[in-house]
Amino acid sequence: MSSKRVIMTGNEAVALGAYEGGVTVGTAYPGTPSTEIMENLARYPGVNCNWSPNEKTALESAIGASIEGARVLVAMKHVGVNVAADPLLTLSYTGVGGGLVLVSADDPGMHSSQNEQDNRHYARFAKIPMLEPSDSEEARDFTAAGLELSEKFDTPVLLRSSTRIAHSRSTLVPGTRQEKSAGGFKKDPGKYVMLPGFARLRHPLVEERLLALQKEAETSPFNRIEKGSTDTGVICSGVAYQYAREALPGASFLKLGFSYPLPVELIRRFASTVKEIIVIEELDPFIEEQVLALQTGLPVKGKELFGLCGELGVEIIREKVQGHKPALIEVREIIPARPPIMCPGCSHRGVFHTLKKLKLNVMGDIGCYTLGALPPLQAIDATICMGASIGMAVGMARANPASAEKTVAVIGDSTFLHSGITPLLDAVYNNAPVTVLILDNGTTAMTGHQDHPGTGSTLEGEAVPGVDLERLCRSLGIRQVETVDAFDLEKLRKAVKSETARREPSVIIVRRPCVFLLDTAEEPFYVDREQCNSCKSCISLGCPALSLQDEKAKINATVCSGCGLCEQLCRFEAIKKVTEKAGESCG
Amino acid sequence: MAKTDILIAGVGGQGTILTGRIIASLALDEGLDVKTAETHGMAQRGGSVITHVRIGKKVYSPLIPRGDGDILLSFEKLEALRWLPFLSPGGTVIVNSQQLDPLPVLTGKTPYPDGILEEIKSKVVRPVAVDALAMEPVKQNPRTVNTFLLGILAYFMPFPGDKWLQVMEKEIKAHLVAVNRQAFEAGRRFAGEK
Repeated sequence: MSSKRVIMTGNEAVALGAYEGGVTVGTAYPGTPSTEIMENLARYPGVNCNWSPNEKTALESAIGASIEGARVLVAMKHVGVNVAADPLLTLSYTGVGGGLVLVSADDPGMHSSQNEQDNRHYARFAKIPMLEPSDSEEARDFTAAGLELSEKFDTPVLLRSSTRIAHSRSTLVPGTRQEKSAGGFKKDPGKYVMLPGFARLRHPLVEERLLALQKEAETSPFNRIEKGSTDTGVICSGVAYQYAREALPGASFLKLGFSYPLPVELIRRFASTVKEIIVIEELDPFIEEQVLALQTGLPVKGKELFGLCGELGVEIIREKVQGHKPALIEVREIIPARPPIMCPGCSHRGVFHTLKKLKLNVMGDIGCYTLGALPPLQAIDATICMGASIGMAVGMARANPASAEKTVAVIGDSTFLHSGITPLLDAVYNNAPVTVLILDNGTTAMTGHQDHPGTGSTLEGEAVPGVDLERLCRSLGIRQVETVDAFDLEKLRKAVKSETARREPSVIIVRRPCVFLLDTAEEPFYVDREQCNSCKSCISLGCPALSLQDEKAKINATVCSGCGLCEQLCRFEAIKKVTEKAGESCG
Repeated sequence: MAKTDILIAGVGGQGTILTGRIIASLALDEGLDVKTAETHGMAQRGGSVITHVRIGKKVYSPLIPRGDGDILLSFEKLEALRWLPFLSPGGTVIVNSQQLDPLPVLTGKTPYPDGILEEIKSKVVRPVAVDALAMEPVKQNPRTVNTFLLGILAYFMPFPGDKWLQVMEKEIKAHLVAVNRQAFEAGRRFAGEK
């Protein structure tokens, strides 16, 4: 490695830190804003990286690698930690073999998430140490140091990142790799077999470890005081430090990088040098409440100024602390929104159009197809978390069996393999007459087209047997499994009608590769204005290639992917292939 | 160099991240501190996207505070208007006059606003509006549009022209280097003539 300063995202830096720290195994399930961590780690030599079917299996295989003595990095988005919480809370008891760092990439502001939970609570909940980087350099440093900390204290380490760390670039000087070979598994049932009798002996060790970690935090180089004015002392962590440092250049700072367990003596010492404390942190009053509990005698402000929701930024700190409001350029009040949309040629579009036409209740799930909830399709009625579509449909049928005729669950292929199999088993076992549509576009599309167990390829590009969804569903006990082309609207409509009427659980696999996976484009369509009846049926698809011009439909040929959904909807034969236009004047 | 805060606005898929990366690499090569913040994930699916690039001796926040931006480079005119409050009242706007209709406009729910460029010109000290797709050589090679616009931005930055090209060429396929070089120079010339 050269000693030249480079610029990289926080995700790239976490991968670099894992590589430099001697990680030999990496596991993850894709999820914004964490995805690029494993994609980047996989590019380094000597690290065996994989996509796991979900975050729970990712952490479990990371635990196995750690027990085998390897250093391991496991990465996921904040809600992924919920999925992995079961092994995490007991991993705290067993501790590790080789160093284990779990990256939780939180999403304050919900740029690409269904909630903005504050995963710092997991550190406290699991009684494990937490490191919070505030830029890419720290992301690299803390990842590597986290591996050391993990081995030194026999504990998993939570590295808490967030969107503005993960997807921001800043500079660092790459170092060299510390080679670590897996020491091999050492049998130790008292440590690794969490029977009640053994676990009871481990719990006191967890509490002792926490006290030892607190001492470590007191002297950690990741926690530092930056002296400024004695009027205001700011305590902060993560990216909030950067915002606060810029907004309040004169204040004194206690910057916490090792932020759980908190260095209470350091906090007391800092408090003794200032007249008031302002805790600047995103989302929950995680630090603030612990500082208040220290009863330093100083006034402590935090959430009363900044609130509990969304991201922070320099301007809100300037406004709330200094009363400074910037002079802004004012623009007109109404600016049309530009929400994300399904791509032209997306295989999901026709499905939601069909479900809306059939006036069904649609239990949705997590993926690109969640965009089916937005206008003009507006065809999703509930979305909670990965896999919930099927479970919700099962529960609706249980509460009101007649509702099953009006209800479908819609779930993508990657999401189904992540956590849709178990609720489908629930449907079979409890004979809930649900209809499940698996939208199989052959990829994990929303996060940037990652492979999954159904694609036949691994993260490292190895060819493997892809799951056969039809046979999987049949083997669970689904007798009625039908496969339909996502672009065949009539066949899809008939399949949905017949399966919702059926008094037993059934699956429709709606298949068509994501348009991004295709190398060749289909020939685009155009609208024959003479024949267009202005019915706007095609417009209801919400395709970015279609628009209205003088009340008639128009197709933008450079955007049109040639999927032909609009042609199927047109009852006036006004939509034709561009080649059919030969001889007509161009319009 | 004094701090320079650059916002790059556009529609998901237009290449704001790559453009930001080029500017950031160059600033780093010039020995400056630099940070960027990018839009990934859901909004990339045709949504409104923004890349922040902050350059200076020492940069803290990766996000540009509202009202602090020095230059707003927008690949689409409605997006320029949307992000205008991030610009300081004395800032520079470089706006491609291309119109990309958001879905509510395509479906006829709302019209695409009139008078965007006029509004920008009336509110900004230094507005540069250009129909980049109609300019040579972009007209021949529409995919060089971002490079043309980057050429305009380069005119307002203190970095030497050949350095821009060096950094850019690392990010571009070999057979596209020549056309992009032309587009960059054309953009810079255009800004100089304005």
